[in-house]
Amino acid sequence: MVLQEFRFVEIGRVAFIAYGKEKGKLCVIVDVIDQNRALIDGPCTGVAKQQLNFKSLHLTQFKLNIPRSVRTGTLKKQWEKEKLTEKWEQSTWAKKIAQREKRTSMSDFDRFKLMKAKQSRNRLISREVIKLQKQIKKQPPKVKKIRKRVSKK
Amino acid sequence: MAPVKKKTEARVVTKDIGGDKNGGKRTVRVSRLPRYYPTEDRARKLRSRKKPYSQHKKKLRPSLTPGTVCILLAGRHKGKRVVFLKQLTSGMLLVTGPYHLNGCPLRRINQIYVIATKTKLDIGDIKVPERINDAYFKREKLRKPKHTEGEIFDTKKEVYSVSDERKEDQINVDKQVLGVIRKHPERKLLFGYLGAMFSLQNKQYPHLMSF
Repeated sequence: MVLQEFRFVEIGRVAFIAYGKEKGKLCVIVDVIDQNRALIDGPCTGVAKQQLNFKSLHLTQFKLNIPRSVRTGTLKKQWEKEKLTEKWEQSTWAKKIAQREKRTSMSDFDRFKLMKAKQSRNRLISREVIKLQKQIKKQPPKVKKIRKRVSKK
Repeated sequence: MAPVKKKTEARVVTKDIGGDKNGGKRTVRVSRLPRYYPTEDRARKLRSRKKPYSQHKKKLRPSLTPGTVCILLAGRHKGKRVVFLKQLTSGMLLVTGPYHLNGCPLRRINQIYVIATKTKLDIGDIKVPERINDAYFKREKLRKPKHTEGEIFDTKKEVYSVSDERKEDQINVDKQVLGVIRKHPERKLLFGYLGAMFSLQNKQYPHLMSF
């Protein structure tokens, strides 16, 4: 890993709140209060300025360029300027969360339709595989001869 | 208060009494006072404000509306997906497979043995025959054969058989329900859906799932 890829607790670090009242929202570390708590703010995600334990913060790869203890308004401007929301939505992390939500909200009929779609896809795949297997039987590909090493005693 | 007075009139009767020193006449009660009095008051039934079960208000889960596709959880058709038609006066649900699709006939089931799904059919136009009520589904008593002399081994038990009116109603309702399904935009999948059994796969927890 390059140093830039490390995620540190630092001013401007964007974090995902893993549990608590604001669970599932994005916020920015505005200040570090002590070794346990950070001052966070999330004007674009509906998180009020507050202190949170580091245990509930999962650090993301994003970092906003802000000075220490900025006001909420300034943070909001910077957030929108760096298009953090769009960036977050494009990350695999956010996509996985969205996917998980979609899965859990599926109705019984949706699940049935998914099962049917998977069946038809698998049918196509297996048909192609059988075709290839037959082809191989007719014309076996040439295999390079591997010389056997004589083991020394 | 006239009737009360009438009763009190004939309480006492004067009777002639024989013997010298008995006064000649004596007033006697018509009906004798009881010789025995109970030591305790007899337990009286208390008045209750509760209504009997038959008069209870029958509630329905908000997720259950006529036309909802349900998953049966009990009975011999458990696991099948059926269409909920209406609530009967006893509070039970009237459902049908339709019989043509999954073999579940017109049936009644308690709503606690049913999972209501989000899938709904528009069955506003469907007319269920009026004779289908709770009495319609009452269990018929099958007569046991009486032992008569001579034919001990020839006797057979009466077996349940579907009555003609039930068959007729089933066909009638099925026709209407299938017509509704045919109008559905995803009719092909819906046919398969209603015909398929419900089952849980790995890592599927019914209390966390939405139906």
